[in-house]
Amino acid sequence: MSQSRDITCKELIDFLADYVDQLLPVDQRRDFDAHLELCPSCMNYLDAYKKTIAIGKTAFAATDDPARSKAPEGLLRAVKNARRHAVR
Amino acid sequence: MVDPAHAMDANDTFDETALLARLRSREDAAFDALVELAMPRMLSVARKMMPTDADAEDAVQDAFLSAFRSLDRFDGRSKLTTWLHQITVNACLMRLRSRRRRPEKSIESLLPEFLPDGHQKISQRPWHAGRSDGIEEGEVRVLVREKLEEMPEAYRVVIVLRDIEGLSTEETAAVLMVTVDTVRTRLHRSRQALKTLLEPFFTEARP
Repeated sequence: MSQSRDITCKELIDFLADYVDQLLPVDQRRDFDAHLELCPSCMNYLDAYKKTIAIGKTAFAATDDPARSKAPEGLLRAVKNARRHAVR
Repeated sequence: MVDPAHAMDANDTFDETALLARLRSREDAAFDALVELAMPRMLSVARKMMPTDADAEDAVQDAFLSAFRSLDRFDGRSKLTTWLHQITVNACLMRLRSRRRRPEKSIESLLPEFLPDGHQKISQRPWHAGRSDGIEEGEVRVLVREKLEEMPEAYRVVIVLRDIEGLSTEETAAVLMVTVDTVRTRLHRSRQALKTLLEPFFTEARP
């Protein structure tokens, strides 16, 4: 088992996407966890970063509403008609 | 009457090979089936990228016409659905570019700053949860859309496709025709920028 290494806030934040997406090797993840335990500012940054992703998803959830997932009849008809004129 | 099920296999998945063969034979019913099968997903992407539903519908119409014209050039190396996704994104980008009048702001000012020793220049404050603290869901939707609009297009599109639309990093790279590393870098910077833009609405005012 390799020795843990102190990392800076910059190193942590630069690779935060890999940490959140669980792409870091075990050793590096352990170094990140150790830094987060001691650094409230980075812990807040991580929390806000995750919330930003979640808020983005929530904000657009309505566009995936089943009631809206059916394509409008008028648009279906327009595209089918346009195709018949465009592709011969 | 079009029967979209004709183009689906027993597992209710898109049988692309069969449909593609019928499209290449110029079967009207195959084109109609493609429109019915692919339009909901294409509209969903376009609605996330365009400011209004009407703009999204126009972009989807552009995308279908472009797909019909270039079907002979589709080489089958990617999935038909990925190809249509790519065409939809491009149709949205074309429409957005043609209407954009002001130059885009750089993303650099929205990224965190560090001291020479690697510490953060400004200490991060905790975020509250949002909705339960008085921001309604509808307001959050408008806010996120507004803030995404402030971001440079190359970054906004990555966050829409990867985090909001839920494509994998590899699929996003294929749609945008950039490398996987580029998607990873842009995604991280986009999330950081959006976080900075949303921060004033999710933290208490600094004393």
